Amino acid sequence: MSRRTIEMAVGTAGLDAMGRPIRAPLSVRERGGLAVEAPYEPDMEGDHMLINIGPQHPATHGVLRLVLELDGETVVRCVPHIGYLHCGFEKIGEYRQYNQIIPWTDREDYLNSIGNNVAFVLGCERLFGIEITPRCTVLRVIAMEMSRLMSHLVWMGTTCIDIGAFTPFLWLYQERENLYNLLEGWVGARLTTSATRVGGMAADVPDGWMDGLKAFIRNFPKTLDESDRMLTRNGIWMGRTVGIGALTAEEAINCGLSGAMLRASGVAYDVRKDFPYLDYETYDFDVAVGTSGDVYDRYLVRIEEMRQSIRILEQAVQRLPDGPVNVDDPRVILPPKTNATSQMESMIHHFKLVMEGPRPPIGEVYVPVESPKGEKGYYMVSDGTSKPVRWRIRPPAFVNLSAIPRMVEGHLLSDVIAINASIDIVMGEIDR
Amino acid sequence: MSTSFPPYKSPMPGSAREAAGLPEPSTPRNVPHHGGAENPSVSALRERFPEAVVRSHVMWGETTVFVTVDAVHAIIRFLRDDTAHAYNYLVDVTAVEYRDGDQPLEVVWHLRSLPWQRFLRIKVALEPGAALEVPSITDLYAGADWIERECYDMFGITFAGHPDLRRILMWDTYREGHPLRKDFPLRGRFSRAEQLSQALSIDSSGNYTMNELSIAEAFNDLPEDMKQRLRGALGGPSPEGTSPEADKEGKQ
Amino acid sequence: MGLITTTGDSSATPLRTPLPSSSDASSQDSWVTSRLDFLVNWARSSSMWPMPFGTACCAIEFMATAASRYDLARFGMERLSFSPRQADVLICAGRVPFKLAPVIRRIYQQMPQPKWVISMGACASTGGMFDNYAVVQGIDTIIPVDVYVPGCPPRPEALMYAIMMLHRKVQTERMSDTSLRREIEPDTNSHLYIDPSRIDELSEPFGNSVHQTRSAP
Repeated sequence: MSRRTIEMAVGTAGLDAMGRPIRAPLSVRERGGLAVEAPYEPDMEGDHMLINIGPQHPATHGVLRLVLELDGETVVRCVPHIGYLHCGFEKIGEYRQYNQIIPWTDREDYLNSIGNNVAFVLGCERLFGIEITPRCTVLRVIAMEMSRLMSHLVWMGTTCIDIGAFTPFLWLYQERENLYNLLEGWVGARLTTSATRVGGMAADVPDGWMDGLKAFIRNFPKTLDESDRMLTRNGIWMGRTVGIGALTAEEAINCGLSGAMLRASGVAYDVRKDFPYLDYETYDFDVAVGTSGDVYDRYLVRIEEMRQSIRILEQAVQRLPDGPVNVDDPRVILPPKTNATSQMESMIHHFKLVMEGPRPPIGEVYVPVESPKGEKGYYMVSDGTSKPVRWRIRPPAFVNLSAIPRMVEGHLLSDVIAINASIDIVMGEIDR
Repeated sequence: MSTSFPPYKSPMPGSAREAAGLPEPSTPRNVPHHGGAENPSVSALRERFPEAVVRSHVMWGETTVFVTVDAVHAIIRFLRDDTAHAYNYLVDVTAVEYRDGDQPLEVVWHLRSLPWQRFLRIKVALEPGAALEVPSITDLYAGADWIERECYDMFGITFAGHPDLRRILMWDTYREGHPLRKDFPLRGRFSRAEQLSQALSIDSSGNYTMNELSIAEAFNDLPEDMKQRLRGALGGPSPEGTSPEADKEGKQ
Repeated sequence: MGLITTTGDSSATPLRTPLPSSSDASSQDSWVTSRLDFLVNWARSSSMWPMPFGTACCAIEFMATAASRYDLARFGMERLSFSPRQADVLICAGRVPFKLAPVIRRIYQQMPQPKWVISMGACASTGGMFDNYAVVQGIDTIIPVDVYVPGCPPRPEALMYAIMMLHRKVQTERMSDTSLRREIEPDTNSHLYIDPSRIDELSEPFGNSVHQTRSAP
């Protein structure tokens, strides 16, 4: 194996946007820096050291495994290994009816379960040719934005722990518990919601539920501001994140990144704006965009996204119309239970829907949504039967994670943890 | 404390669309099953590659172009580099195998143009019996790396020109085949006990050595015996009961 | 499976066991050892260090249990031991695919005796809704399990109830019963077995977590 050495920089080559030196500049020589001898190290067999992180490591947010080749403390090469949580979602989807797949979408990106439910049925409804009711549209917007908040809260809490701040985790998890309570009041489950059905929702929100949501909208920004004050201008936090793992806009697009990872690099791509769904074009909200594409910018973008989610929730609460939640279409929506036991026609519909399931026409759809991780889409192919031929999940975290060697190589070992946290990986979605 | 962001830099999504004076995107409503406006890139493709474009259709508002396998790399390169199309974002690479065994297996590329806010689906049909091999587009999109590896892992489709085509979700020595193929049973080919004993014998420290780590970038520099060993781990001897296609693919 | 240990039959263990007393004629233990057992078990059950083997959704509920509202610190468990060498109870939270099976087994083998296992959630206990080619149908096919927690995922209250059940189980253990704590003999024929000299070789010059110091002269 060829011997590699790292040039140590002398001078000011390799400054980031804030004027701080980028650590361990691998490309110093190209920029005209001065190469000096590496400091003396104990005589180890071979030049570099291998270190294995994971698959069971608290900082890998699940079961990611990174094999790192180190020169001193600098990462020379990073080889990720994934698949430790591969559970065969896509295979199972080919054996289930469309409505039966919804519970699997909960467990795939489990931080964003209700958002996945909505994303999946949006695809199904395009495939079935159904237009949902106005009330259902707004309810789904509420669900998606709550889900974005829940995911970002976990991301922020765990990132704080990774970088060394424990207190915000406790504050943010308290807010997440409030969201859990709301979800529990709506669909009866905290985490695995299965809240949607093709053509509507499993249940309308109960009476008085909106008051709880309004109280949350009122109180949550205070907690967010507290954490913001604690972290954003914190010297340790900035020292660990500014200038770390930066990607340019061109690189980020070429790597197929999406979500906050892409926006932090300066590309204002948000599926809600560019390929709207659920009438998102009628809501007034901004897309947060970073400049330098480092860990700090990703953090800022996600904080801002939470504020924008609160704005969208406020508007959605105001415009929530009355009316039915489910479409009036016996081909896909179960009749009321009282009708099913008293009217022959409803009973037949009930029986056929439960036993055979709704059947879409032959076709295929790819409907993307903006999940907290990025662009998530379900690509479904139907051959006219009640089960999809192919159910493909476009996993944003999978594509985002594939850029990690590009981001960590040249940084210090401790920065690997910060970079990995900034990707916001969730292994259930990456491995599926 | 509020955070302010400076104005957007290029490449700005939607910029080309604005320059051309096209309307803002909005939530699609009452999308027809067949028909509707076709993606303008298709007519350009027909002009530029008259023999390679087999057919195209619009279904549920999404345009699909069927192209020949030889031309798919050139077509995607053209779509990416031509500023009139600028499909600079690779969404997904995947495959579809139908339940009817006579239907061809389709490899699907989902491309997206951020400046034009357009979406295009490109398909290649691999007839039954044909080699499961398509060109890799990792030289065009760095993001295609893992997606193509996953497609190889799940379907056994070889992406010619991929720098590091290994299994990604299943382990390297997985012997049961490619799970998303239709001839692969839901619960796998082997019994649970056999699956568990094979899984427990995964050599989890196999990737610790420097040489193994070098595979990704310097496969060609490896000694011949190690190359042979790695090829065995990639294709592997086919298990009993695999389809003729899988057997053929294993011999390659 | 290479394991020759047992951790007792949890179904046969009464949940509320009276304190050991010297008047119990069936007990062969003396007053001193039974009181010593009580003291040791009290200490063990009051500060169990959990090793969270979190893979999927259940890990999020485990985090919720450890966070401010449910506060695992009430059980003396706030010190999450992410190193198996310093852990008492392995909490397997989430589904375990086949690719992860050797990992969880190795982690279990790295934990020192006495050790217990909580299988949290339907997927860890039975495979749950993932009855397919990729998922282990219950981690009890790999490692022994003391408490199963149903739910998909279990609520934090369910996990806390499981922890309390485990406490009761620990309080019934006797030091005189050597079968409970028989150390696992490494299976030298196993593919996972690494020769100690090879471990030294890999870990030079820093030592490793087995020996903590440089072991080879």
